[in-house]
Amino acid sequence: MKLLAVAIAAVLAAIVRIMFFTPIELLQGAAQKIYYIHVPAILSAYLALGIVALMSIVYLWLHDERADRLAESAGEVALLFTTVTLSTGPIWAKPIWGTWWTWDARLTLTLFLWFVTAAYLVLRGAIDDPIMRGRYSAVLAVLAVLLIPFIHLSVYLFRTLHPMPIVLKPDRPSLPVEMLTTFLLSLGAFLVFCVALIRARYRLALLRDATAVP
Amino acid sequence: MVPNAPGFLAASWIVARKDLAIELRTRSAFLSVVMFALLGLVIFFFAWDPTAVSSLDLAPGVLWVTFTFAGLLGLHRSFGIELEDRAIDALLVAPIERESIYAGKAIANAIFVSAVLVIAVPALALFYNLPLGRAIVALGVVAVLAAIGLVAIGTLFSAMAVNTRMAELLLPMLSLPFFVPIVLSSAQASTRLLANRPFGEVLPWLKILVGFDIVFAVACTVAFPHTLEE
Repeated sequence: MKLLAVAIAAVLAAIVRIMFFTPIELLQGAAQKIYYIHVPAILSAYLALGIVALMSIVYLWLHDERADRLAESAGEVALLFTTVTLSTGPIWAKPIWGTWWTWDARLTLTLFLWFVTAAYLVLRGAIDDPIMRGRYSAVLAVLAVLLIPFIHLSVYLFRTLHPMPIVLKPDRPSLPVEMLTTFLLSLGAFLVFCVALIRARYRLALLRDATAVP
Repeated sequence: MVPNAPGFLAASWIVARKDLAIELRTRSAFLSVVMFALLGLVIFFFAWDPTAVSSLDLAPGVLWVTFTFAGLLGLHRSFGIELEDRAIDALLVAPIERESIYAGKAIANAIFVSAVLVIAVPALALFYNLPLGRAIVALGVVAVLAAIGLVAIGTLFSAMAVNTRMAELLLPMLSLPFFVPIVLSSAQASTRLLANRPFGEVLPWLKILVGFDIVFAVACTVAFPHTLEE
């Protein structure tokens, strides 16, 4: 539990620094500060999704229930961080792009990552037998890894063939030192928070399996 | 392996023939799925302002969305019929490889959804007043590629979904994200084919479809034995 407490403190500290000790960006104003939450959140989601994919392959290979439990824990945390990304994005996009949502390749891909992660968790919830649950969800996770390049390719082609009237994200100028420090602090805090949540969720899964009625 | 056991392709065909025979004798799924597809095409027509969007732009999207949903109805039955009296056990004890059960089911499903398309595409051309003409052969190729991808994914997920609670809900939830590249590519390819655009504009979408079919036909065949009880 110590790690979780440290992680929560670090995230709170990062938020205080973002709000009070980081300069306001000249062109985008206060909206730019979402960047310090948005990007660390999606990178944490990628970390968690990477763990799901890796542990699913390990489970199909070794049939070790620890791998399945870790995949389950990381899957739930991945859904949380993808949700944070998908909800902070539109709040930034409305003042900057002038629209809450656009079918940009990255947005679309993140949305489908969210759908597949949610389906993964629903599938887990719909199977009682632990061995079947482990196998089915691992198969889904491995297939989802194969799906990502295809979704990316097709939505990318879709967008470039049909350019949309959106204000494209300009190339970000290299960040001033204060902003970069804030970003890196926030990223560090989020990644530790992500690991701490997965660990806490893993312990919960252990307790549940230990007390489960066979 | 038993000495006189059939090879992979022969075994797959036996499984496929069994499923097709059941369908031919009952015809319950085929007729309902065709009706569903026709209703889908018709209902979409009324959700659309013909003076604002030309039917040429709308029809391919309508076709592939309807086809995907109709396909899901048929695919759900694929392993649903094995639940009764635990018929799946008979397949599992048969002296054939597990992969050929999947391949056989997938072949039967591919024939099933292709038959639906054979009725749905002319109906679409009729209702939406489409100039099929020269594009018909190329559209057929797109349809076959789309059907292979749909069936590869759908057959595997059907096998998984029947063993869960809420199977009817879970199959679309699992499958639809995987159908995105198929629906997108087929709709884009058919729009360009119907508009007589140069083939170079169609080719990238066909490449995605072919790549998707190969990757998922192999991956789902390999994954299938993991979804069965030992």
